Amino acid sequence: MSEERSGAEILVEGLVKQGVEFVFGYPGGAVLPIYDSLFGDERIRHILVRHEAGAAHAAEGYARSTGKPGVVLVTSGPGATNAMTGVADAFLDSIPLVVITGQVATNLIGSDAFQEADTVGISRHCTKHNYLVKDPAELAATIDEAFQIATTGRPGPVLIDIPKDVQVASATLHDGAPQRRNRYTPRTEGSADEIAQAIELIANAKAPVFYTGGGVVNSGPRATELLRELQAKTGAPLTTTLMGLGSFPADHPDWLGMLGMHGTYEANLAMNQADLIVCIGARFDDRVTGRLDAFAPNSTKIHIDIDRSSINKVVPVDLPIVGDCATVLAQLLEAWGKRKPADLSAWKARIDEWRTRDSLAFPKSDIEIMPQLAVQRLYELTKDRNPIISTEVGQHQMWAAQHYQFFEPNRWLTSGGLGTMGYGMPAAIGAQLGNPDDLVIDIAGDASIQMNIQEMGTATQYRLPIKVFILNNRWMGMVRQWQELTYESRYSQSYSDSLPDFVKLAEAYGWKGLRLENVSQLDDGIRAMIDHPGPVIVDCCVSDEANCFPMIPSGASHVEMILYGDTVAGTMDDEAKALV
Amino acid sequence: MKIKHETSERHVLTVLVDNESGILAKIAGLFTSRGYNIDSLTVADITDNHAVSRITIVTRGPPAQIDQIEAQLERLVPVHKVVDLTALGPHLERELALIKVAGTGEKRVEALRLADVFRARVVDSTTSSFVFELTGVPDKIDSFIGLMRELGLVEVGRTGIVGMMRGAEAA
Repeated sequence: MSEERSGAEILVEGLVKQGVEFVFGYPGGAVLPIYDSLFGDERIRHILVRHEAGAAHAAEGYARSTGKPGVVLVTSGPGATNAMTGVADAFLDSIPLVVITGQVATNLIGSDAFQEADTVGISRHCTKHNYLVKDPAELAATIDEAFQIATTGRPGPVLIDIPKDVQVASATLHDGAPQRRNRYTPRTEGSADEIAQAIELIANAKAPVFYTGGGVVNSGPRATELLRELQAKTGAPLTTTLMGLGSFPADHPDWLGMLGMHGTYEANLAMNQADLIVCIGARFDDRVTGRLDAFAPNSTKIHIDIDRSSINKVVPVDLPIVGDCATVLAQLLEAWGKRKPADLSAWKARIDEWRTRDSLAFPKSDIEIMPQLAVQRLYELTKDRNPIISTEVGQHQMWAAQHYQFFEPNRWLTSGGLGTMGYGMPAAIGAQLGNPDDLVIDIAGDASIQMNIQEMGTATQYRLPIKVFILNNRWMGMVRQWQELTYESRYSQSYSDSLPDFVKLAEAYGWKGLRLENVSQLDDGIRAMIDHPGPVIVDCCVSDEANCFPMIPSGASHVEMILYGDTVAGTMDDEAKALV
Repeated sequence: MKIKHETSERHVLTVLVDNESGILAKIAGLFTSRGYNIDSLTVADITDNHAVSRITIVTRGPPAQIDQIEAQLERLVPVHKVVDLTALGPHLERELALIKVAGTGEKRVEALRLADVFRARVVDSTTSSFVFELTGVPDKIDSFIGLMRELGLVEVGRTGIVGMMRGAEAA
């Protein structure tokens, strides 16, 4: 059966067909027809954010924690430009989003009309694909293709810009699947030859390391299971990137911890000394590699990635395998068969020696709360709830990555690639909606949290019991740390002056507010936070000059890590300064 | 500190794309946003139903960057196929130019004589000017324009390069 429907109705039907539960959005002039179609429709729940950036990050948090695509709906002009940071964030972290933006009517496009922006132009290089739909008859197929592109291959944000007259005009809506062009068919399998070569390399390595990333999480829970299975069969030690945390259990004897700029000593030394690096769903980001000409100098490198353009982009590899992590891992496991793991005892003995450096150690204090301790206690007191942790960006993010322990994928939401301050609270909102029974905690910093603080209202409105745990050191801590280490402590504009009273702020929004000022209050405070049935802000006042170590300074190699207690010159040459 | 520059190679790429709105901006924008060079870019649709366009791009960069350019182009959803003609082997590169020359007397005669040597066609003429149409490899067009400069060159229009593999197969 076919019937005439408006573009707005076709859009809503299309979203329902895709199984969309939530739309994160904010109304405005150029999307009024769509909002009218959503009115009273109980099949889709609209979550009204307070700023469009919040909508995009909330959709990211929902997507990352559920594995389903997040959907954003915003108006033209400022609606679209406000959402763009979240779109760029999703692009760099490969998060599947479908972003619907309103546009001025087709006859007004290009006339500098009210709330007009060239959304397709602006989003061109921070979306996986984008569309301007000029005919409602194309909408059904466009939506269908957008979801396919967003969720398959390397996931990412897809934007659909819909002029207002296209929302109002009608077209025939056909039953059944829309006629899509099926032009997007990413390669998912490695060739038999590549798999055989990889198995030979792994079987003969004396000092192998698995270096895995967000691609394993994006590939779905099966990839995590297969990764653990392959690690068990080969015995190789394993490190993950920031985005890969949770794909390997943090208490496993072969777990090296996170690698990179703030990774552990053992992870970075193992990368430097390895004879074989198996990179699975990671992309040799500059935060991971450090100085490129000194990165893993004596290793053969295998790179498994669904995106061909990630291979040889930064680091040349010996054996590229273009494919989906889960599929390629399954192929590797099958090819490995009943082989026994090689004897890696000499390699593991070296790693154990590096572990004794205890690189995550930090100075203790009886009174002042050390931020690292706060995260450790937060972990100990919440681990039985298996919470979802989101973060903002900065020191607190790295401390969370280092000191919170992850065991499962999709429980760790952080802005890795773009490094977007203000990501954490909206992401927690999205995650809480997708996982209503789970404990969701945003580990935040005092500066970052203010970047999307308005989303407190969203949590209040939808009764979302998220917890915001602020490591408040009254600084933009990471900026301050870099200024201390490379600009001789000239703290240019990094002090968080005029901070709000976070407890009063919490109360103003109908949240519970708690302030923790010394170590003796820490455990009780965390318990009080968990026990409160609604949203809570914890203003955890921590040591204001704690630095995040270990650290590979900009322009240094994996073997030149700074640990707590090392003397640091406080200066850096221009080449290193320029790298940041 | 000084900015370092790497030595680069010239490559001719052909790209088959869905002929949809914004695709040219996507490709041109990809080159600017990732810092790649474009020496020349030509585009026209090549199928009966105007569904597919063929783009020829002449670019310049270190070998690793050329490989990245190919991969980044392939990553765009409307891109069907990218071929590096330079890497693939013997291929043709052709460009068309329109060259306007004005002058009288001996200069005019010399221009016409050289046009004959270069197999340029006269596509427009007045008593004091010619417009020549010349096809060939870019070097040939460069040298013809160089000669015309001495003989009253007024204006030049060039299409940029179109390329194709030699032999019976499609690339």
